[in-house]
Amino acid sequence: MTATPPDRTGQDYLEIRGLTVDFDGFKAIDGVDLTLLQGRLHFLIGPNGAGKTTLVDALTGLVPATGLAEYRNKDLLGMKSHQIVRAGIGRTFQTATVFEQLTVLQNLDIAGGVHRSAWRMAFARGRTPEYVEHALETIGLSDLRNRPAGILAHGQKQWLEIGMLLVQDAKVMFLDETVAGMSHEERDATGELLRRIGQERTTVIIEHDMDFVRNFADVVTVMHAGKVLAEGSLADIQADERVQDVYLGRAVTAAAEPTPTPQEA
Amino acid sequence: MSTAVLGRRLQGYLPLLGILLLAIALLVVAPAVLSPFRLNNLGKYCAWAIVAVGIGLAWGRGGMLVMGQGVFFGLGGYAMAMHLKLDAASATGGPDAVPDFMALYGDGTMPGWWEPFRSGAFTLIAIIVIPVVVASVLGYAIFKRRVKGAYFAILSQALAVAFAALLVATIKQTGGFNGLNNFTTFFGYNLYDPANKELLYSIAAVILIFCLVVVWQLYRSRFGELLVATRDAEERVRFLGHDPANVKLVAYVIAAVMASIGGALFAPIAGIISPSDIDASASIWLIAGVALGGRASLFGPALGALAVGYGQSTLSEQFPNQWPYGQGALFIIVILLIPAGLTSLFPRAAAALRRSRPRPGARKAVAS
Repeated sequence: MTATPPDRTGQDYLEIRGLTVDFDGFKAIDGVDLTLLQGRLHFLIGPNGAGKTTLVDALTGLVPATGLAEYRNKDLLGMKSHQIVRAGIGRTFQTATVFEQLTVLQNLDIAGGVHRSAWRMAFARGRTPEYVEHALETIGLSDLRNRPAGILAHGQKQWLEIGMLLVQDAKVMFLDETVAGMSHEERDATGELLRRIGQERTTVIIEHDMDFVRNFADVVTVMHAGKVLAEGSLADIQADERVQDVYLGRAVTAAAEPTPTPQEA
Repeated sequence: MSTAVLGRRLQGYLPLLGILLLAIALLVVAPAVLSPFRLNNLGKYCAWAIVAVGIGLAWGRGGMLVMGQGVFFGLGGYAMAMHLKLDAASATGGPDAVPDFMALYGDGTMPGWWEPFRSGAFTLIAIIVIPVVVASVLGYAIFKRRVKGAYFAILSQALAVAFAALLVATIKQTGGFNGLNNFTTFFGYNLYDPANKELLYSIAAVILIFCLVVVWQLYRSRFGELLVATRDAEERVRFLGHDPANVKLVAYVIAAVMASIGGALFAPIAGIISPSDIDASASIWLIAGVALGGRASLFGPALGALAVGYGQSTLSEQFPNQWPYGQGALFIIVILLIPAGLTSLFPRAAAALRRSRPRPGARKAVAS
């Protein structure tokens, strides 16, 4: 886990070309091209129905798609969900889906199954594996290790999910509205956490909260009606007139600096 | 910290103590107090309990409502019964003799697939391998297609119905609705000798204990956790990098093997195996026992099956007319009021007891 030095930013990447999801003639995703680079916090924003979650669903084997999504010489679009996970791609869901009956520790440990042989699965967990201990520390839930995950606060559940991605050793992480419903402190803590673990990973975050985007985004991609509308830094995005057309009076302008004056338009 | 950890670790082995107690009850107490007839009956219940342990694994922990375990019970039972039948035939009619019913209903020729069952070793291997193959093929087709819930239950039930119907229809090859009976020896041991009957009972009891140990280990293993996770959130498990179909398949195959072994023990102990032992209603009685005892617990399925077996044969002798109603009422009450089964009452009672007494002696015990 310590093998990758931080300056290798951009070495690893996920390349998406012409990705299309067709629901009986309705193109939920329409020819999306995206290059996701390691070491950046890449935010995916856009109005409801823009296709953000569908894009992630397509990349994680939940909905069939055409086009190309290449990661380390593998086309993810032809693979099943569990194979994609084993290829190093992990995701979270809008509503946290931890195993409520299992403890925090068990939740993390079970995510380590990808590294274990079938034979080792037949035995009970002995000492806590080092990578589980490490993830527990990183997400700051060490004190709650033996509590059932069901009692965790909403924010803690999301952190636990991120911890599970760490245990899986996901090289590409898709996080779907992770900070929704979190307090300000929790959001900041989450952002810091993502900065820390994002160095050696490719991180994509679907987000609506513009404060959070402004504070932590390295790159922002705006989606609209299944297409990529614009991509760049938040400042670039806010200056883009097509984005303003879509978003005017909505989240971006509301949350951005006081004057996104339409003088450019 | 170390004592707390040690305590927790020891607590994890507590179920083994329970298994030991059950072993003593079955292997020491029961033979001492029960008549040979009752002991033989208990052997039958043990055979059912072995099936039930597998159902607990597949249904209780894996969420697969296996309503047709009679299929695997029958595969094992008939494999064993065919061997015993051939043994009985060759004891009187020489090495090439065919089972009596084939001369009675057919022309006295034996189908070729009976032939290998003359070998005891082949039979024992078949009792394990046949259910593995059948359950693997069936399970693969079912789970990869994501058939689950009620659809799975109906499918498995239909298989039991079909298998029983097939047996009834093939009287010349399988003895039809009469099944296979009149066994004389069990791997060289005379089945009319009470000492050998007791030995047979002991084998069933030992295998039941062994199955409980296997399942105990499975439940505490990482596989056990993954199985429960698959039961509770199958789709989420995909995103841990596992194909839930494979996880379920493993549990399903193990349950099938246990059902087969149960059937193989049932045939010589009961002295008969017939389609009525494996059909839909027989399969449902097995499920009912598991539900009664507590499907997700370690001991629930086995104890439930033992209780239902006892109820079916013993209480029904005394109250032949009322018993089915009593049993039906019992299930309704359990399912409505104690859905986790009767064995769930013990931990609940223990917890209630602990809460009512604040343990005044606890500190003193530590000091001494």
